[in-house]
Amino acid sequence: MPVPAYLFLTLSGVLFMLGAIGFLVRRNPLVVFMCIELMLNAANLAFAAESRYLNSLDGVVFAFLVITVAAAEVVVGIAIIVQVYRAGRQMDVDQLDLMKE
Amino acid sequence: MDTLAPLVLLLPLLGFLVNALFGRRLPRVVSGWVGAGSVGVAFLLSLAILVQVVGGQRLDQTYWTWWQTADFSVPFNLYVDPVSTLMILVITGVGFLIHVYSIGYMAEDPGFSRFFAYMNLFVLSMLLLVLSGNFVWLVIGWAGVGLSSYLLIGFWYQRSSAVLAARKAFVMNTIGDVGMVFAAFLIFLNLRVLDYHSVFSRIHSLPKGGTVITGICLLLLVGAVAKSAQLPLHTWLPDAMEGPTPVSALIHAATMVTAGVYLVARMHSLYDWAPAAATTVAIIGGVTAFYAATIGTAQIDIKRVLAYSTMSQIGYMFLAVGIGAYSAGMFHFMTHAFFKALLFLAAGNVIHAFHDDQDIRHMGNLRAGLPISFWTFLAGTLSITGFPLFAGFFSKDEIIRAGLSASGVEFWLGVLALITAGLTAFYMFRLFFIAFGWEWLVHDERHLHEAFPIQTIPVLILAVGAVFAGYIPVANFLTPVFGHATEVGAAAFWGLALLAFLVGAIGFGFAYLLYARRPELAAAWRARIAPVYTLVEHKYYVDELYNVLFVQPGFWLGRFLNDVIEPKVIDGAVNGVASFWNEEAREFRLIQTGRVRSYGIVMLGGALGALFLIVLLLGYLPVRLGG
Repeated sequence: MPVPAYLFLTLSGVLFMLGAIGFLVRRNPLVVFMCIELMLNAANLAFAAESRYLNSLDGVVFAFLVITVAAAEVVVGIAIIVQVYRAGRQMDVDQLDLMKE
Repeated sequence: MDTLAPLVLLLPLLGFLVNALFGRRLPRVVSGWVGAGSVGVAFLLSLAILVQVVGGQRLDQTYWTWWQTADFSVPFNLYVDPVSTLMILVITGVGFLIHVYSIGYMAEDPGFSRFFAYMNLFVLSMLLLVLSGNFVWLVIGWAGVGLSSYLLIGFWYQRSSAVLAARKAFVMNTIGDVGMVFAAFLIFLNLRVLDYHSVFSRIHSLPKGGTVITGICLLLLVGAVAKSAQLPLHTWLPDAMEGPTPVSALIHAATMVTAGVYLVARMHSLYDWAPAAATTVAIIGGVTAFYAATIGTAQIDIKRVLAYSTMSQIGYMFLAVGIGAYSAGMFHFMTHAFFKALLFLAAGNVIHAFHDDQDIRHMGNLRAGLPISFWTFLAGTLSITGFPLFAGFFSKDEIIRAGLSASGVEFWLGVLALITAGLTAFYMFRLFFIAFGWEWLVHDERHLHEAFPIQTIPVLILAVGAVFAGYIPVANFLTPVFGHATEVGAAAFWGLALLAFLVGAIGFGFAYLLYARRPELAAAWRARIAPVYTLVEHKYYVDELYNVLFVQPGFWLGRFLNDVIEPKVIDGAVNGVASFWNEEAREFRLIQTGRVRSYGIVMLGGALGALFLIVLLLGYLPVRLGG
């Protein structure tokens, strides 16, 4: 008996919202980063599930694309975080507001 | 022969690469002899080619195809016939002697290996120019000799005068290069081919004397005029004497400046097909010969006198090829290479002896002090003035004879050439009497030092050439290319020889009278014709004219662009756009808090808002939940 799609989509939605809330409430950049990954993978889950139910590979292709982008983003993001930490020993995203006017 | 010809090219290339890449680390002896030796071996190979060409062989071989598109290909092919053989023999032969001379002349120079690298680059480009079998490689060689000429004029780059002279030469030559490129383009546009063999065989499909063929020939002439320092693009050559003397001898006397003559002779089937263009060549040549000779009478720098004499002699060659006496022009090219290289190298020895002073008024009476320079320079002077049985006598008389036996404009150009022969005798002997003197000093208390054998032996060999080169049967050798020259009877030959000799003797007589016997008379005459003399002394103010006509407007334009267009228009537009947005965005900029989390909440809010809108508009969530 196949698992109904709405279960996957619900799970995906819940994971996404967890990620989004975590992104908004946490101040440690590493955790913020992990929350972003959570949101991306929630989207991947939705893609994969829909792909399965629609008998189409489009969703899977998108999932791969997202994985690739996420990998690249992690490289850049972690590098930035490490540099920021080295520069100011500052590990609070609210304090990192050098870009504001 | 198909392996010899590329080898002739490869040797100077090898010399260039060795000296350019490793020259600083090599001992001077090695560096110099690599430079000279590569040209020397190339000369031996050229002799081997000569033997085969005399035996009736020709070469037009494609070695590789450089570009290939649908209906257009640029091959790399070499074209060896008597004309190019004569050219490579002179380039490598005279070139070798001058390279050997340079080993002595440049011995003290810190840029020794750089000098030989440039010289080899020049020989390579020049050989490419004459051996190329198509217009693309011709243009490449043409630009290459211009480049190496530029590098060598500006060899002493610490002197601002040398740098300015080099730049002037380069700009003038570039005008010519543009003409050449346009000529090649016109040829391709009309004939769809670029290699000599096809061009020469298809040229007759164009209407004779038509606009197209005349245009091609005139554009080629622009290139030839610039390279050969003929009117009106001649002003760079006297300034080019800023380069070391061997450079003046090799590039600005013997070989490169005669490239224009070679070009017209090589393209003779084109010029035969465009009589108007050929007449233009003759007029430019004849007028330049006379014009430069008059300037030569009033210069006091030994190298500048020789430079104007070079312009004048090349004018003779242009006159010859313009009236169809191609083999006479090439013959004069060869004899000129000998005696002019000789004159320059002997002058170089004198300049060294006087510690780089080039003013002829500071020299004088050199027979006892510098005997080798004295006698060799005398041989060169006799040769260039066409003293009977010297080399210049045969080649120059042939040109004058060709002019005088023509009709119309050509006849009058022949008369002009005859008058120029008298002027040549005058200015050359004026130079000789002032610089080398007439008094038979037995002792010279100035302690002048003749150069070392490495400098005098090449001069002596060239002197032999300047005396005897006239007996080389160049005309017979070139017959397969240009056809038989019109036979002249012995009476006409000796009649004209007598006439030319008399004209030369008049010139000599004036020079002897004014500069050897009674110098005070020269001063008096000069005062009497002061306006004319000043005009000639200042080279007819052509430099000043060009300065007003082209250089100053160029400066004005440049200054206008720099002071008005650049800051006001270009920068104004760019900075205006930037400051506009800067002004407009001042209020909005405050939105940017720099806090990641505030951006995050805006993004999330936006996404939820978009979702809400979609549901609101569609009434349902556009997702199939499957099942």
